[in-house]
Amino acid sequence: MAERLLDVKGLKVRFATEDGTVHAVDGVDFELDRGKVLGIVGESGSGKSVTALTILGLTRDRNTRFEGEVDYKGQNLLQMSESRLRDVRGNEIAMIFQDPMTSLNPVYNVGDQIVEAIMTHEGTTKKDARRRAVELLRQVGIPNAQQRASDYPHQFSGGMRQRAMIAMALSCNPDVLIADEPTTALDVTIQAQILELLDNLRADFDSSVILITHDLGVVAEVADEIIVMYAGRVVERGSKRDVFYDPQHPYTWGLLGSIPRLDRPKPKKLHSIEGTPPSLINLPRGCKFRPRCPHAFDKCQEEPELKNRVESAGHLDRCWLSVDEKRGVRDRTISGEARDVA
Amino acid sequence: MAEPATELSLDSAALLAAEEHEVAIVGRSPWYLAWRRLRRNYIALVALAVFFLIVLACMLAPVYAHYVAHTGPNETHVDETVIVSGHPKPVISGGATYDPKTNTFDTSQSLIILGPTLWHANGRFVLGADNLGRDVAVRLLYGGLNSLKIGIGSALICTSIAVLLALLAGFFGGWVDWIVTRFFDLIWAFPVLLLAIALGSALSINGFHHFGIAIEPGSLWIPTLVISYVLIPYVGRPLRGQILSLREKEFIEAAVGQGAGPIRIMFSDLLPNVISTILVFFTLIIATNILTEAGLSFLGAGVRLPDPSWGNLIATGQDQIVTAPWIALIPGIAIVLTVLSLNIFGDGLRDALDPRAKVRIEH
Amino acid sequence: MLAFIIRRFIGMIAVLFAVSVMVFIVFVLIPGGDPAERMAGKNPTPENIVNIREKWGFDKPIYVQYVRMMQKAANGFLPGKHGEYDILSSFQNRQNVAAEIKKGIPATFSLCIGAAIIWLFFGTVVGVFSAVTAGKVSDRLITTLALIGISMPVFWLGIVLRYFLAEKPNNPPFPDGEYVPLTVDPVQWAYHLILPWFCLSILFIGFYGRVLRSNMLDVMNEDYVRTARAKGIAPRRVILKHVLRNSLIPIVSLFGLDFAAVLGGGAILTETVFSLKGVGWYAAQSVGDLDLPPIMGVTLYGAFFIVVFSALVDFLYAFLDPRIRPT
Repeated sequence: MAERLLDVKGLKVRFATEDGTVHAVDGVDFELDRGKVLGIVGESGSGKSVTALTILGLTRDRNTRFEGEVDYKGQNLLQMSESRLRDVRGNEIAMIFQDPMTSLNPVYNVGDQIVEAIMTHEGTTKKDARRRAVELLRQVGIPNAQQRASDYPHQFSGGMRQRAMIAMALSCNPDVLIADEPTTALDVTIQAQILELLDNLRADFDSSVILITHDLGVVAEVADEIIVMYAGRVVERGSKRDVFYDPQHPYTWGLLGSIPRLDRPKPKKLHSIEGTPPSLINLPRGCKFRPRCPHAFDKCQEEPELKNRVESAGHLDRCWLSVDEKRGVRDRTISGEARDVA
Repeated sequence: MAEPATELSLDSAALLAAEEHEVAIVGRSPWYLAWRRLRRNYIALVALAVFFLIVLACMLAPVYAHYVAHTGPNETHVDETVIVSGHPKPVISGGATYDPKTNTFDTSQSLIILGPTLWHANGRFVLGADNLGRDVAVRLLYGGLNSLKIGIGSALICTSIAVLLALLAGFFGGWVDWIVTRFFDLIWAFPVLLLAIALGSALSINGFHHFGIAIEPGSLWIPTLVISYVLIPYVGRPLRGQILSLREKEFIEAAVGQGAGPIRIMFSDLLPNVISTILVFFTLIIATNILTEAGLSFLGAGVRLPDPSWGNLIATGQDQIVTAPWIALIPGIAIVLTVLSLNIFGDGLRDALDPRAKVRIEH
Repeated sequence: MLAFIIRRFIGMIAVLFAVSVMVFIVFVLIPGGDPAERMAGKNPTPENIVNIREKWGFDKPIYVQYVRMMQKAANGFLPGKHGEYDILSSFQNRQNVAAEIKKGIPATFSLCIGAAIIWLFFGTVVGVFSAVTAGKVSDRLITTLALIGISMPVFWLGIVLRYFLAEKPNNPPFPDGEYVPLTVDPVQWAYHLILPWFCLSILFIGFYGRVLRSNMLDVMNEDYVRTARAKGIAPRRVILKHVLRNSLIPIVSLFGLDFAAVLGGGAILTETVFSLKGVGWYAAQSVGDLDLPPIMGVTLYGAFFIVVFSALVDFLYAFLDPRIRPT
C-alpha cells in the first residue's frame, strides 16, 4: 500500500479584489501517493496554478481566504505557521515554474542558486553543497556541469535552464515535486526531453510529482492519475486510462478533441470549445460548464456532484448525462464532424 | 478557517487574482477603468483641487491688487503709514539713519518692516511688506502668476519636443535614433541647474536676436525656453525607451506590413500607447519646472527683479530673515503647496492609469 | 572587455568636445554684440578692446575663436604666471577663473561627499522600510514625508533651517554657515557642515526612497522572488539577497549621475544659502552681474564630472548586472 503523501480536501481559495471576490479555487479534492504522478489539467483561469501555489502557502496574503485542508503527511499546511512552512518549502515539497528565464535570479550564477537551496535546509559546508550542486546538474543532463555551474541563467538555453531549475528543486530530496507548466515555454522537442527527465528522476529520487498543464498531450506521457479542472473545480478525475479512453465530462471531450490526432481521420474543422471561461467573481449558477456545453439540458441548472458514475471505481465526474448518453455523444464531439472509424 | 498573516506583504495574491480574473473580463476600456480608479482616490482629487485653487488665485492677482490691496506689485510705500487695527504704523522704519552734521550713516538699527496685518488693515499688506515697502501678498500672487506661467508653459514645450523626438528616435531607429540620443546626452552632460543658469545669464545680456526671433532680456520667454530646453532629456529618455520596446511589438510590424506610413504609425499606433505615460510625466514635470524656475530666479538668472517670481521673492527676503521672516518664508510655503499638490495628483494619476507602471521618470 | 573600455573612452572625449562647443556657442554666440567690449569689463580703454579682440581672435573666423577660447580656458589650470589676456578671467575683477574654481573645490567636495553618504544610506533605509511595510500606516507616513521632501525648494529649506536653528534663537545650536577647512579644525568643519548636509540630502533621500520603494515592489512581483520563497528562504534573506540586490542596480546609475552633478557645482543653491564658498557658490556670485566667464568655467567643470562619472557608472553597471557584461 503506497504511502499517502498529500491529501487535499475541499480546498477553497478566495481573493478579495477591487472588483469583487475572485473564487479562484472552489472546492477541490485529490490525493497523492508516493511514487505517483498526478496530472492537473485545465485552461487559464481554472485554478490549477492557484491550487499548486496554495499547497506551498505561496498565496497567503491579507486579501486571501482559505477553506478546507491540505494535509501533508497528516499535517494541515493551510494552518501551519509561516516559519514551519518554510521548512517544508524546497525541502519536502518543491516547485518548479513555467518560465525558467524569469524564475532564476539573473544576478547570481546557477551553482550559487542551487547551493542556496541546499544550505537553507541542510547544515553542510559550502564546499559540499557546491559539489552536490554540480552533481545534480550532471544528473539532470547538463554537460560540463562543473564549468556551467558558474554560468549565469542568461547564458543557458531554455531547456537547460529548466533542467537547472529541476536540479535546484530536487537538491534537498523532496518527497513531492510540483511542476507548474514546466514545458509550456519550451520548444516541442525540448518538451519531450524534460518530461522524460522528470519521469526518470521520479524513480531516482523516489519523489511524487504533481504535473500542472493545459496540454493533455503532456500528461499522456507521464501521469498515473489525471484531474481535469474547470472554473476552480474538479470536473473529472481518474486514472490515465480512464480519462483518455472513457472520458465522462464534456469539457474533457473538448480538450481531447482539440488535439489533432494522427490516428483518426482528419476532421473538416479542428474542434474547439466555444465560448470563454466564466468570470470567477460572478460564477454562473448550476453546472459551471453549462454555458459552453453543447449537450446541456434542463437538469444542468443544478450543479452536479463530483461522483463515481461508471464501473471503474476511482473514476469520478461532474456531469448529469447518463453514462450511455455520454458514450454515444462523446465520439462525435471528440472527432469533430467526422465519424469515428475505430 | 485559517487566516495566516504574511511576513512579506506582497501583491502576489492580487496579481494572481487579476490574472485569473482577467481571462473573463467583460470588455472595459482601460480609460474607464483608470477613471474609476482615479475617482476613488480622494487624496489625489483634493490635491488637484488645491492646485486649481492656487492657479485661480494667481490668475486673480490683478483683481486682488486693485480691489483688496489697492496697490500694484512694484509700487513701493516706503514713507507711508498704514492703520492697523486702529493704530497707525509705518511701513518701513528704522534702518540706517543719516546724520547731516557728521555726514555719516548710523547703521546700528536694523530695518523694521511692517509685518502681516491679516485683514486688520482693510486688506492692505495682508501678508506684510517687504524691504522696499511693497505689498507681499500682491507680489506673492503676481509672482505666482509668473512662476506658474513659466512652469506650465515650459512643461508644455518640453513635453511636446520630447515626445516628438522620442517618437522619431523610437520609430526610425538607426541614425535618427543616434542623433536624438546624442542630443539628449549633450544636454544631460551638464548639471541641470548650471546649464540653466548659463543659458539664462547669456540670454539676459542682450536677449536673443538670431534666426529672425527677437526676445528681449527680461522677457518671461527666457526662463521658459531655458527650462524647457534643459529638461528635454528628463522626459525624452524614458519615453524613447518605452517607444523602442513598443516598436518591437507585433502590432507595429503588422501596421508596417499593411503599408502604413511612418506618420500614421507614429501618431495612430505608437502615440496612443504612451499617452498615459506622457500625461503622468507632464503633471510631474510642471512640479519640477516650478522648482527649477524658483531656483533660477532665486539666483537671478530667471525672472529678474523687480518682476516678481516666487523664487526671487525668497531672495529679497533673505537679508531680512531675522527681522522680517515672512518675506522669505511665505513664498516658499506657496511653492511647497503647489508642488506637493502636483506630486500627489501625479502619483494618483500614475496609479490610476497603470497600477504597475514600469516606466518612470528616472531623474 | 578592453575594446569596450576604449570605445567608451573615445565616446567620452567626443562628448567633452561637443560639450565645449556648446559652451562656446552659449557664451560667445548667443549674447551677440561685441564680445571684446564685454570682456574688457568696466571702463575699458580702446587699446584694451583692440588687444582683447586680437588675442581672442574675435576678428577671425569662428573656429579660431573656439580654439583660442579653449586654449585660454586650459591655460588657467596650468601653473605659472599668465598674461592677463591669456586665461579665462572674470569680466568684473579679472580673476583667473580656473584658480577660483580650484579654491572652491574643498568646500564643494566636503559638502557633496558627506551629503552623498548620508543620502545614499538613508535613502536605502527609507526605500527598504517603506517597500517592506507597503500599504501599512508606516509606509504611508514615510511616503508622505518623502513627497514633502521632494516638494521643497532646497534653498528655501536652507533658509528656514538657518532661520530656526542658526539665527533666531538666542543660543543657536548651529553655526550660521561659512566653511571651515578640514585641515584647520576638523570638529568645526563637521559642525558647520551639519545643516548643509541635511539640507542637501533631504531632497535626495525623498527621491531615492521613492524610486527604491517602487523598484523593490516591482521586483517583489518577479518570478525569481517567488522561486526564492518556494525554496523556503527566510524573508529577510529574500529581501536582502534577492529583492534589494536587483532593485539597487538602477539606483547605482542614478546615484553616479547625481553625485557627479553636485560635485560639479550642482549644489549651487545649498552652497549659496549657507555661504559655503565652493564651486557652485562661485558660479552663483557671478550670475547677478551677468559675469559670464566664471559661469562658463564652472559649467565646463561640471560637465567634465558628469561625463567621467557616466562612463564609470556604465562600468559599474556591467559589474553589477551579469546580463550586460561584454563577454
